[in-house]
Amino acid sequence: MSENDKPRAEWPLWEVFVRARAGLDHKHCGSLHAPDAKMAIQLAREVYTRRQEGCSIWVVPSAQITASDPGDKDMLFDPMEDKVYRHPTFYELPEAVNHM
Amino acid sequence: MYTQAMDLAPKDERKAVRTAGEAELERRFEARIDEGDYVEAKDWMPEHYRRTLVRQISQHAHSEVVGMLPEGNWVTRAPTLKRKCILLAKIQDEGGHGLYLYAAAETLGVSRDGLIDALHAGKAKYSSIFNYPTLNWADIGVIGWLVDGAAIMNQIPLTRCSYAPYARAMIRICREESFHQRQGFDALNVMMREGTEAQRAMVQDAVNRWWWPCLMMFGPPDKDSTHSEQSMRWGIKRIGNDELRQKFVDATAQQARVLGVTLPDPLLKWNEERGHHDFGPIDWAEFWRVVGGNGPCNRERLDARVKAWEDGAWVREAALAHARKQALKGAAA
Repeated sequence: MSENDKPRAEWPLWEVFVRARAGLDHKHCGSLHAPDAKMAIQLAREVYTRRQEGCSIWVVPSAQITASDPGDKDMLFDPMEDKVYRHPTFYELPEAVNHM
Repeated sequence: MYTQAMDLAPKDERKAVRTAGEAELERRFEARIDEGDYVEAKDWMPEHYRRTLVRQISQHAHSEVVGMLPEGNWVTRAPTLKRKCILLAKIQDEGGHGLYLYAAAETLGVSRDGLIDALHAGKAKYSSIFNYPTLNWADIGVIGWLVDGAAIMNQIPLTRCSYAPYARAMIRICREESFHQRQGFDALNVMMREGTEAQRAMVQDAVNRWWWPCLMMFGPPDKDSTHSEQSMRWGIKRIGNDELRQKFVDATAQQARVLGVTLPDPLLKWNEERGHHDFGPIDWAEFWRVVGGNGPCNRERLDARVKAWEDGAWVREAALAHARKQALKGAAA
Protein backbone atom coordinates (compact mmCIF):
# COMPACT_ATOMS: atom_id res chain seq x y z
CA MET A 1 0.00 0.00 0.00
CA SER A 2 1.50 3.33 -1.02
CA GLU A 3 1.48 6.40 1.20
CA ASN A 4 -1.43 7.81 -0.75
CA ASP A 5 -3.73 4.81 -0.23
CA LYS A 6 -3.42 4.76 3.52
CA PRO A 7 -6.48 5.89 5.39
CA ARG A 8 -5.54 9.30 6.74
CA ALA A 9 -8.20 11.31 8.41
CA GLU A 10 -6.23 14.47 9.10
CA TRP A 11 -5.21 16.86 6.33
CA PRO A 12 -1.44 17.17 6.05
CA LEU A 13 0.39 20.07 7.69
CA TRP A 14 1.90 22.90 5.64
CA GLU A 15 4.25 25.71 6.59
CA VAL A 16 3.23 29.14 5.35
CA PHE A 17 5.61 31.90 4.23
CA VAL A 18 4.32 35.37 3.39
CA ARG A 19 5.98 38.24 1.55
CA ALA A 20 4.69 41.36 3.27
CA ARG A 21 5.59 43.80 0.51
CA ALA A 22 7.31 43.72 -2.84
CA GLY A 23 11.05 43.79 -2.25
CA LEU A 24 10.99 41.88 1.07
CA ASP A 25 11.76 38.20 1.77
CA HIS A 26 9.05 35.64 2.31
CA LYS A 27 8.88 35.14 6.04
CA HIS A 28 7.60 32.11 7.95
CA CYS A 29 4.33 33.06 9.61
CA GLY A 30 2.74 29.82 10.75
CA SER A 31 1.26 26.53 9.65
CA LEU A 32 -2.06 25.04 8.65
CA HIS A 33 -3.71 21.82 7.51
CA ALA A 34 -4.80 21.44 3.89
CA PRO A 35 -5.47 18.51 1.57
CA ASP A 36 -3.26 19.82 -1.24
CA ALA A 37 -1.07 22.77 -2.26
CA LYS A 38 -3.85 24.68 -3.97
CA MET A 39 -6.09 24.54 -0.91
CA ALA A 40 -3.11 25.37 1.31
CA ILE A 41 -2.62 28.63 -0.60
CA GLN A 42 -6.33 29.40 -0.40
CA LEU A 43 -6.49 28.72 3.33
CA ALA A 44 -3.24 30.60 4.00
CA ARG A 45 -4.86 33.62 2.40
CA GLU A 46 -7.83 33.33 4.79
CA VAL A 47 -5.80 32.57 7.89
CA TYR A 48 -2.70 34.76 7.50
CA THR A 49 -3.57 37.72 5.26
CA ARG A 50 -6.95 39.01 6.41
CA ARG A 51 -5.53 42.52 6.79
CA GLN A 52 -3.34 42.83 3.74
CA GLU A 53 -0.36 41.33 5.54
CA GLY A 54 1.01 39.97 2.29
CA CYS A 55 1.31 40.14 -1.47
CA SER A 56 2.69 36.64 -2.06
CA ILE A 57 2.41 33.28 -0.30
CA TRP A 58 4.58 30.15 -0.31
CA VAL A 59 3.38 26.88 1.19
CA VAL A 60 5.64 23.90 1.88
CA PRO A 61 4.61 20.49 3.25
CA SER A 62 5.93 20.53 6.83
CA ALA A 63 7.26 17.00 6.36
CA GLN A 64 9.58 18.32 3.64
CA ILE A 65 11.43 20.67 5.95
CA THR A 66 14.75 19.50 7.35
CA ALA A 67 15.81 21.43 10.42
CA SER A 68 19.03 21.56 12.36
CA ASP A 69 19.00 19.69 15.66
CA PRO A 70 18.73 22.01 18.69
CA GLY A 71 21.24 19.67 20.35
CA ASP A 72 23.80 20.67 17.71
CA LYS A 73 23.33 24.36 18.37
CA ASP A 74 26.64 24.85 20.17
CA MET A 75 28.59 22.80 17.67
CA LEU A 76 27.06 24.61 14.72
CA PHE A 77 26.98 28.18 15.84
CA ASP A 78 29.48 28.74 18.67
CA PRO A 79 32.54 28.62 16.37
CA MET A 80 31.45 31.96 14.89
CA GLU A 81 31.58 33.64 18.27
CA ASP A 82 35.32 34.42 18.19
CA LYS A 83 35.49 35.46 14.55
CA VAL A 84 35.01 39.13 15.21
CA TYR A 85 37.23 39.96 12.22
CA ARG A 86 34.26 39.07 10.01
CA HIS A 87 32.58 42.30 11.10
CA PRO A 88 33.42 45.73 9.70
CA THR A 89 33.54 47.24 13.19
CA PHE A 90 36.60 45.07 13.98
CA TYR A 91 38.80 47.41 11.96
CA GLU A 92 39.86 50.78 13.32
CA LEU A 93 40.75 53.01 10.45
CA PRO A 94 42.11 56.56 10.40
CA GLU A 95 39.38 59.09 11.07
CA ALA A 96 39.61 60.54 7.57
CA VAL A 97 38.61 57.23 5.92
CA ASN A 98 36.55 55.70 8.73
CA HIS A 99 33.26 56.01 6.87
CA MET A 100 34.56 53.34 4.46
CA MET B 1 -10.99 35.79 23.18
CA TYR B 2 -9.65 33.70 25.98
CA THR B 3 -10.11 30.77 28.21
CA GLN B 4 -10.17 31.60 31.89
CA ALA B 5 -8.72 29.28 34.41
CA MET B 6 -6.59 27.55 31.85
CA ASP B 7 -4.56 26.26 34.71
CA LEU B 8 -7.49 24.27 36.07
CA ALA B 9 -6.45 20.68 35.76
CA PRO B 10 -6.20 17.41 37.63
CA LYS B 11 -3.74 17.65 40.47
CA ASP B 12 -2.16 14.25 39.82
CA GLU B 13 -0.10 15.41 36.86
CA ARG B 14 3.08 16.28 38.66
CA LYS B 15 4.74 12.89 38.87
CA ALA B 16 8.11 13.25 40.46
CA VAL B 17 9.75 10.09 39.12
CA ARG B 18 12.90 11.42 37.47
CA THR B 19 16.30 10.06 36.70
CA ALA B 20 19.40 12.01 37.71
CA GLY B 21 19.89 12.91 34.04
CA GLU B 22 16.40 14.35 33.79
CA ALA B 23 16.89 16.32 36.99
CA GLU B 24 20.02 17.88 35.48
CA LEU B 25 18.16 18.69 32.23
CA GLU B 26 15.35 20.23 34.23
CA ARG B 27 17.82 22.30 36.23
CA ARG B 28 19.33 23.65 33.01
CA PHE B 29 15.85 24.25 31.59
CA GLU B 30 14.82 26.30 34.61
CA ALA B 31 18.06 28.28 34.44
CA ARG B 32 17.22 29.17 30.84
CA ILE B 33 13.73 30.29 31.88
CA ASP B 34 15.26 32.41 34.63
CA GLU B 35 17.45 34.13 32.07
CA GLY B 36 14.35 35.03 30.08
CA ASP B 37 15.26 32.65 27.25
CA TYR B 38 12.50 31.32 25.00
CA VAL B 39 11.77 27.63 24.52
CA GLU B 40 11.26 26.34 20.99
CA ALA B 41 9.34 23.26 19.87
CA LYS B 42 12.30 20.89 19.49
CA ASP B 43 14.09 21.96 22.68
CA TRP B 44 14.17 19.63 25.66
CA MET B 45 11.42 20.46 28.15
CA PRO B 46 10.04 18.81 31.28
CA GLU B 47 7.08 16.57 30.51
CA HIS B 48 4.91 18.52 32.92
CA TYR B 49 5.75 21.80 31.17
CA ARG B 50 4.77 20.22 27.85
CA ARG B 51 1.50 18.86 29.19
CA THR B 52 0.60 22.14 30.89
CA LEU B 53 1.09 23.94 27.59
CA VAL B 54 -0.84 21.40 25.53
CA ARG B 55 -3.73 21.77 27.93
CA GLN B 56 -3.58 25.55 28.10
CA ILE B 57 -3.05 26.22 24.39
CA SER B 58 -5.63 23.70 23.23
CA GLN B 59 -8.23 25.01 25.65
CA HIS B 60 -7.44 28.49 24.49
CA ALA B 61 -7.95 27.34 20.88
CA HIS B 62 -11.25 25.65 21.76
CA SER B 63 -12.39 28.91 23.37
CA GLU B 64 -11.73 30.89 20.22
CA VAL B 65 -13.74 28.46 18.13
CA VAL B 66 -16.62 27.99 20.59
CA GLY B 67 -16.60 31.78 21.00
CA MET B 68 -17.80 32.08 17.42
CA LEU B 69 -21.15 30.57 18.40
CA PRO B 70 -22.70 33.27 20.63
CA GLU B 71 -21.78 35.90 18.02
CA GLY B 72 -22.90 33.78 15.08
CA ASN B 73 -26.32 33.94 16.69
CA TRP B 74 -26.58 37.59 15.57
CA VAL B 75 -25.10 37.56 12.06
CA THR B 76 -28.46 37.45 10.31
CA ARG B 77 -29.98 39.98 12.69
CA ALA B 78 -27.28 42.65 12.88
CA PRO B 79 -29.08 46.00 12.55
CA THR B 80 -27.19 47.33 9.51
CA LEU B 81 -25.01 46.03 6.69
CA LYS B 82 -22.01 47.78 8.30
CA ARG B 83 -22.55 45.99 11.61
CA LYS B 84 -23.04 42.70 9.80
CA CYS B 85 -19.71 43.10 7.94
CA ILE B 86 -17.94 44.00 11.19
CA LEU B 87 -19.47 41.02 13.00
CA LEU B 88 -18.53 38.61 10.21
CA ALA B 89 -14.96 39.94 10.19
CA LYS B 90 -14.73 39.52 13.94
CA ILE B 91 -16.10 35.97 13.87
CA GLN B 92 -13.64 35.09 11.11
CA ASP B 93 -10.84 36.46 13.30
CA GLU B 94 -11.94 34.20 16.16
CA GLY B 95 -11.77 31.21 13.83
CA GLY B 96 -8.31 32.36 12.72
CA HIS B 97 -7.19 32.73 16.32
CA GLY B 98 -8.31 29.17 16.99
CA LEU B 99 -6.21 27.99 14.04
CA TYR B 100 -3.04 29.86 15.13
CA LEU B 101 -3.42 28.29 18.56
CA TYR B 102 -4.12 24.74 17.35
CA ALA B 103 -0.98 25.04 15.22
CA ALA B 104 1.01 26.20 18.27
CA ALA B 105 -0.31 23.25 20.30
CA GLU B 106 0.62 20.82 17.51
CA THR B 107 4.27 21.86 17.76
CA LEU B 108 4.21 20.03 21.10
CA GLY B 109 3.59 16.73 19.35
CA VAL B 110 -0.17 16.32 19.58
CA SER B 111 -2.59 15.94 16.67
CA ARG B 112 -5.26 18.51 16.00
CA ASP B 113 -7.93 15.85 15.61
CA GLY B 114 -6.93 14.47 19.00
CA LEU B 115 -7.40 17.88 20.59
CA ILE B 116 -10.78 18.34 18.92
CA ASP B 117 -11.86 14.84 20.02
CA ALA B 118 -11.04 15.83 23.61
CA LEU B 119 -13.24 18.91 23.31
CA HIS B 120 -16.12 16.95 21.79
CA ALA B 121 -15.85 14.24 24.43
CA GLY B 122 -16.14 16.92 27.12
CA LYS B 123 -12.61 16.15 28.38
CA ALA B 124 -11.13 19.52 27.40
CA LYS B 125 -12.57 22.79 28.64
CA TYR B 126 -13.18 26.05 26.87
CA SER B 127 -13.84 29.44 28.42
CA SER B 128 -17.00 29.38 30.49
CA ILE B 129 -17.95 32.85 29.32
CA PHE B 130 -19.30 31.31 26.11
CA ASN B 131 -21.82 29.28 28.04
CA TYR B 132 -23.90 32.40 28.51
CA PRO B 133 -26.54 33.33 25.89
CA THR B 134 -26.59 36.40 23.61
CA LEU B 135 -30.14 37.59 24.16
CA ASN B 136 -30.20 40.98 22.44
CA TRP B 137 -28.12 43.00 19.99
CA ALA B 138 -26.40 44.91 22.78
CA ASP B 139 -24.92 41.59 23.95
CA ILE B 140 -22.76 41.62 20.82
CA GLY B 141 -21.42 45.06 21.72
CA VAL B 142 -20.84 43.99 25.32
CA ILE B 143 -18.97 40.86 24.21
CA GLY B 144 -16.60 43.11 22.26
CA TRP B 145 -16.19 45.70 24.97
CA LEU B 146 -16.10 43.55 28.12
CA VAL B 147 -15.40 39.95 27.07
CA ASP B 148 -12.74 40.88 24.54
CA GLY B 149 -11.51 43.62 26.86
CA ALA B 150 -10.97 41.03 29.61
CA ALA B 151 -9.41 38.71 27.04
CA ILE B 152 -6.90 41.34 25.96
CA MET B 153 -5.96 42.01 29.58
CA ASN B 154 -5.33 38.28 29.98
CA GLN B 155 -3.61 37.76 26.68
CA ILE B 156 -1.07 40.56 26.57
CA PRO B 157 1.15 38.88 29.21
CA LEU B 158 0.98 35.67 27.13
CA THR B 159 2.87 37.40 24.31
CA ARG B 160 5.87 36.98 26.64
CA CYS B 161 5.15 33.33 27.43
CA SER B 162 8.33 31.25 27.67
CA TYR B 163 7.05 28.86 25.00
CA ALA B 164 7.85 30.77 21.82
CA PRO B 165 5.33 29.25 19.35
CA TYR B 166 2.54 30.20 21.80
CA ALA B 167 4.00 33.67 22.35
CA ARG B 168 4.19 34.26 18.58
CA ALA B 169 0.57 33.20 18.10
CA MET B 170 -0.44 35.54 20.92
CA ILE B 171 1.34 38.51 19.36
CA ARG B 172 -0.71 38.04 16.21
CA ILE B 173 -3.90 37.55 18.20
CA CYS B 174 -3.41 40.61 20.38
CA ARG B 175 -2.79 42.76 17.34
CA GLU B 176 -6.17 41.71 15.93
CA GLU B 177 -8.07 41.71 19.20
CA SER B 178 -7.94 45.46 19.65
CA PHE B 179 -10.40 45.94 16.80
CA HIS B 180 -12.80 43.56 18.56
CA GLN B 181 -12.93 45.62 21.71
CA ARG B 182 -13.20 48.95 19.92
CA GLN B 183 -16.00 47.88 17.59
CA GLY B 184 -17.93 46.63 20.63
CA PHE B 185 -17.64 49.89 22.49
CA ASP B 186 -18.51 51.75 19.31
CA ALA B 187 -21.69 49.70 18.76
CA LEU B 188 -22.79 50.38 22.35
CA ASN B 189 -21.85 54.03 22.14
CA VAL B 190 -24.11 54.48 19.10
CA MET B 191 -26.98 52.86 20.97
CA MET B 192 -26.42 55.10 24.00
CA ARG B 193 -25.98 58.33 22.02
CA GLU B 194 -28.43 57.88 19.15
CA GLY B 195 -30.71 55.12 20.40
CA THR B 196 -34.17 55.13 21.92
CA GLU B 197 -34.84 54.71 25.63
CA ALA B 198 -35.55 51.02 24.99
CA GLN B 199 -32.22 50.60 23.20
CA ARG B 200 -30.33 52.25 26.04
CA ALA B 201 -32.10 49.90 28.43
CA MET B 202 -30.92 46.98 26.28
CA VAL B 203 -27.32 48.10 26.71
CA GLN B 204 -27.70 48.36 30.48
CA ASP B 205 -29.39 44.94 30.61
CA ALA B 206 -26.55 43.36 28.63
CA VAL B 207 -23.93 44.98 30.88
CA ASN B 208 -25.79 43.71 33.95
CA ARG B 209 -25.77 40.16 32.69
CA TRP B 210 -22.13 40.03 31.42
CA TRP B 211 -20.27 41.98 34.10
CA TRP B 212 -19.81 39.25 36.73
CA PRO B 213 -19.08 36.42 34.28
CA CYS B 214 -16.39 38.72 32.77
CA LEU B 215 -14.73 39.16 36.15
CA MET B 216 -14.70 35.36 36.45
CA MET B 217 -12.75 35.12 33.18
CA PHE B 218 -9.57 35.91 35.11
CA GLY B 219 -9.93 32.66 37.01
CA PRO B 220 -10.16 31.94 40.73
CA PRO B 221 -8.27 34.10 43.24
CA ASP B 222 -4.55 33.33 43.17
CA LYS B 223 -4.73 31.71 46.57
CA ASP B 224 -7.16 29.08 45.18
CA SER B 225 -5.57 28.65 41.77
CA THR B 226 -4.05 25.17 41.62
CA HIS B 227 -1.44 25.59 38.90
CA SER B 228 -0.66 29.28 39.05
CA GLU B 229 2.55 28.93 41.01
CA GLN B 230 4.18 26.39 38.71
CA SER B 231 3.05 28.30 35.61
CA MET B 232 4.60 31.47 36.99
CA ARG B 233 7.81 29.59 37.74
CA TRP B 234 8.02 28.42 34.14
CA GLY B 235 7.14 31.72 32.55
CA ILE B 236 3.93 30.33 31.07
CA LYS B 237 1.99 32.81 33.12
CA ARG B 238 3.43 36.22 33.92
CA ILE B 239 0.83 38.08 35.98
CA GLY B 240 -1.54 36.71 38.63
CA ASN B 241 -5.33 36.42 38.27
CA ASP B 242 -6.10 38.99 40.97
CA GLU B 243 -3.80 41.66 39.57
CA LEU B 244 -5.25 41.28 36.06
CA ARG B 245 -8.81 41.36 37.38
CA GLN B 246 -8.09 44.57 39.28
CA LYS B 247 -6.55 46.13 36.20
CA PHE B 248 -9.66 45.23 34.21
CA VAL B 249 -12.03 46.68 36.81
CA ASP B 250 -10.06 49.94 36.95
CA ALA B 251 -10.01 50.35 33.17
CA THR B 252 -13.64 49.38 32.71
CA ALA B 253 -15.08 51.58 35.46
CA GLN B 254 -13.82 54.62 33.64
CA GLN B 255 -15.07 53.41 30.24
CA ALA B 256 -18.52 52.71 31.73
CA ARG B 257 -18.77 56.34 32.84
CA VAL B 258 -17.96 57.51 29.32
CA LEU B 259 -20.55 55.15 27.90
CA GLY B 260 -23.16 56.17 30.48
CA VAL B 261 -23.93 52.76 31.92
CA THR B 262 -23.80 51.49 35.50
CA LEU B 263 -21.75 48.45 36.42
CA PRO B 264 -24.00 46.17 38.51
CA ASP B 265 -21.95 46.25 41.70
CA PRO B 266 -23.09 48.50 44.57
CA LEU B 267 -19.69 48.03 46.24
CA LEU B 268 -17.72 49.28 43.22
CA LYS B 269 -15.92 52.39 44.44
CA TRP B 270 -12.64 54.21 43.89
CA ASN B 271 -10.27 53.64 46.79
CA GLU B 272 -7.92 56.59 47.02
CA GLU B 273 -5.59 54.82 49.41
CA ARG B 274 -5.09 51.73 47.24
CA GLY B 275 -5.18 53.71 44.01
CA HIS B 276 -7.65 51.12 42.68
CA HIS B 277 -11.39 50.46 42.59
CA ASP B 278 -12.80 48.24 45.32
CA PHE B 279 -15.42 45.80 44.10
CA GLY B 280 -17.89 43.32 45.56
CA PRO B 281 -17.44 39.57 46.11
CA ILE B 282 -17.62 37.27 43.09
CA ASP B 283 -20.02 34.33 43.17
CA TRP B 284 -17.48 31.53 42.70
CA ALA B 285 -20.20 28.92 43.19
CA GLU B 286 -21.69 30.11 39.90
CA PHE B 287 -18.27 29.97 38.24
CA TRP B 288 -17.70 26.36 39.30
CA ARG B 289 -21.23 25.43 38.30
CA VAL B 290 -20.64 26.72 34.75
CA VAL B 291 -17.13 25.22 34.53
CA GLY B 292 -18.68 21.96 35.67
CA GLY B 293 -21.04 21.92 32.70
CA ASN B 294 -24.19 23.43 34.16
CA GLY B 295 -24.22 26.92 32.72
CA PRO B 296 -27.11 28.20 30.61
CA CYS B 297 -25.69 27.03 27.24
CA ASN B 298 -23.03 24.37 27.89
CA ARG B 299 -24.91 21.57 26.17
CA GLU B 300 -26.05 23.73 23.26
CA ARG B 301 -22.50 24.94 22.56
CA LEU B 302 -20.95 21.50 22.58
CA ASP B 303 -23.77 20.03 20.49
CA ALA B 304 -23.27 22.79 17.91
CA ARG B 305 -19.51 22.07 17.73
CA VAL B 306 -20.01 18.31 17.39
CA LYS B 307 -22.66 18.80 14.72
CA ALA B 308 -20.45 21.16 12.70
CA TRP B 309 -17.58 18.66 12.92
CA GLU B 310 -19.72 15.69 11.90
CA ASP B 311 -21.55 17.55 9.14
CA GLY B 312 -18.22 18.67 7.71
CA ALA B 313 -16.66 15.19 7.74
CA TRP B 314 -17.62 14.40 4.14
CA VAL B 315 -16.03 17.64 2.93
CA ARG B 316 -12.74 16.86 4.68
CA GLU B 317 -12.78 13.31 3.28
CA ALA B 318 -13.73 14.38 -0.24
CA ALA B 319 -10.98 17.03 -0.35
CA LEU B 320 -8.44 14.47 0.72
CA ALA B 321 -9.70 11.87 -1.78
CA HIS B 322 -9.48 14.48 -4.53
CA ALA B 323 -5.94 15.41 -3.52
CA ARG B 324 -4.86 11.74 -3.58
CA LYS B 325 -6.44 11.19 -6.97
CA GLN B 326 -4.68 14.23 -8.41
CA ALA B 327 -1.39 13.07 -6.89
CA LEU B 328 -1.79 9.60 -8.49
CA LYS B 329 -2.64 11.18 -11.84
CA GLY B 330 0.45 13.36 -11.55
CA ALA B 331 2.59 10.32 -10.73
CA ALA B 332 1.19 8.35 -13.70
CA ALA B 333 1.70 11.19 -16.20
